[in-house]
Amino acid sequence: MQRKLTLGLASGLVAALLTMTSSVSAQKSATDDIAKYREMIADGNPSELYEAAGEELWKKPAGPKNVTLEQCNLGLGPGVVKGAAAQLPRYFKDTNKVQDLESRLMTCMQVLQGRDPEEMIDAPFQKGPKKDMEAIVAYVVTLSKGDKIKVSTAHPKEKEMYDLGKRAFFFQGGPMDFSCASCHAENGKRIRLQDLPNITEQKGAALGWGYWPAYRVSSGQFWTMQQRLNDCFRQQRFPFPIYGSDVTIALSMYMAKTANGGTVETPGLKR
Amino acid sequence: MNMKITHLKQLLAATGFIFATGLVQTPALAQQKNDPKFNKMIQESFRADGIAALNRIDQDATQKFCSDPKFADSKQGQAMREKIQKMNMDSIKQPSDGKYIGDWKNGERIAQSGRGATWTDTAETPIGGGCYNCHQIDYKEISYGNIGPSLTGYGKIRGYSPEVVTYTWNRINNSKAYNACSNMPRFAHFKLLNEKQMQDVMALLLDPESPVNK
Repeated sequence: MQRKLTLGLASGLVAALLTMTSSVSAQKSATDDIAKYREMIADGNPSELYEAAGEELWKKPAGPKNVTLEQCNLGLGPGVVKGAAAQLPRYFKDTNKVQDLESRLMTCMQVLQGRDPEEMIDAPFQKGPKKDMEAIVAYVVTLSKGDKIKVSTAHPKEKEMYDLGKRAFFFQGGPMDFSCASCHAENGKRIRLQDLPNITEQKGAALGWGYWPAYRVSSGQFWTMQQRLNDCFRQQRFPFPIYGSDVTIALSMYMAKTANGGTVETPGLKR
Repeated sequence: MNMKITHLKQLLAATGFIFATGLVQTPALAQQKNDPKFNKMIQESFRADGIAALNRIDQDATQKFCSDPKFADSKQGQAMREKIQKMNMDSIKQPSDGKYIGDWKNGERIAQSGRGATWTDTAETPIGGGCYNCHQIDYKEISYGNIGPSLTGYGKIRGYSPEVVTYTWNRINNSKAYNACSNMPRFAHFKLLNEKQMQDVMALLLDPESPVNK
């Protein structure tokens, strides 16, 4: 209750700060105000609520097999969550696939708990099974906060996924001819007042990849990387990217590998 | 004599160096090859949703060419660049009523809106020009992007000659007629804006009464 009130006040404050900026320096100060806001609630990122719920879901027996996710292998061995998100996406021998965090969690839910991945894939974001996924993602990524992004392309399938992702990044389509690169391939660019990271360089890639998943102040929701990518494609005017599909994993691989050496700042706090 | 030989050696070394550099700088750059694995990934990764049909990922020649910026920006890509520009230029229609300048107030509304054409929109959702997403236009609007150049004082700076008017009309209709891989959507080519809407956006830039030119 206390936290909700603080959050409400903080959101009100950021709105006020944003409206107050009305001079020529608006571009600069809007960014500064968001940074100030981030600092203000750094000790109380609303993601914590999702994280707590996610930890509970992780340890609670569920699915047709009534088993917990505690033995899930995210790449560092069964049950190792600490640092796992920092090294994803990666190749997994048991599925013979490169997987990101969310597609890997679907595998764990299927293998350990007997849940049907199709239900997860088809569910809308923020609802039903996706709500559980979002909480679990918050829990997992929080346990990599502060770690260095360390994604490998040593396995041929990882290298292949990286190459496919790089190509997908520049793939233009839709009625507006947009690709990821239309907005994210140059330094110092903005859409309206929103700064756009240059994802083709390490610094920009770390700014993007390193801060998602994140709590989004404007929507009051915790967004996973899959949802972030989904909304990019929506604004690109593309058709709907299927949850956990290869194009989303390939793009993640390209971003993560480019961001290598940067710091995991998840869960981030975004506009 | 000795001196001359040293010079000659230096000259030869330098020539060799230039020759080697020349080789390094001119690899046989060609447009990226068709990759069945990539195509399969793209085909299998999307589904249609509402007005966002699957044919949106079927690329036309311009999109295909511009998806390989390394080649598109290269010396080797120049001939193709020109071909693409010509193709886009040829698709432009001048206004059917001969009128280029509409209502700047409506043009401003179109420039402000970045909505439409996504899977959360319907066919009835008016599509905005999204101009402020990337351009500074009316100096009073401080929330503008910078992917495109500033258009503040557009007519005042460039004048209102028929050449400027036609160029601007063409650029809004199909920016790829001038720059094959311009980041700007082809508003007429994909029917994002209709003729009247484009006339109104023209007025925002080229009506002397528009705040852009005050």
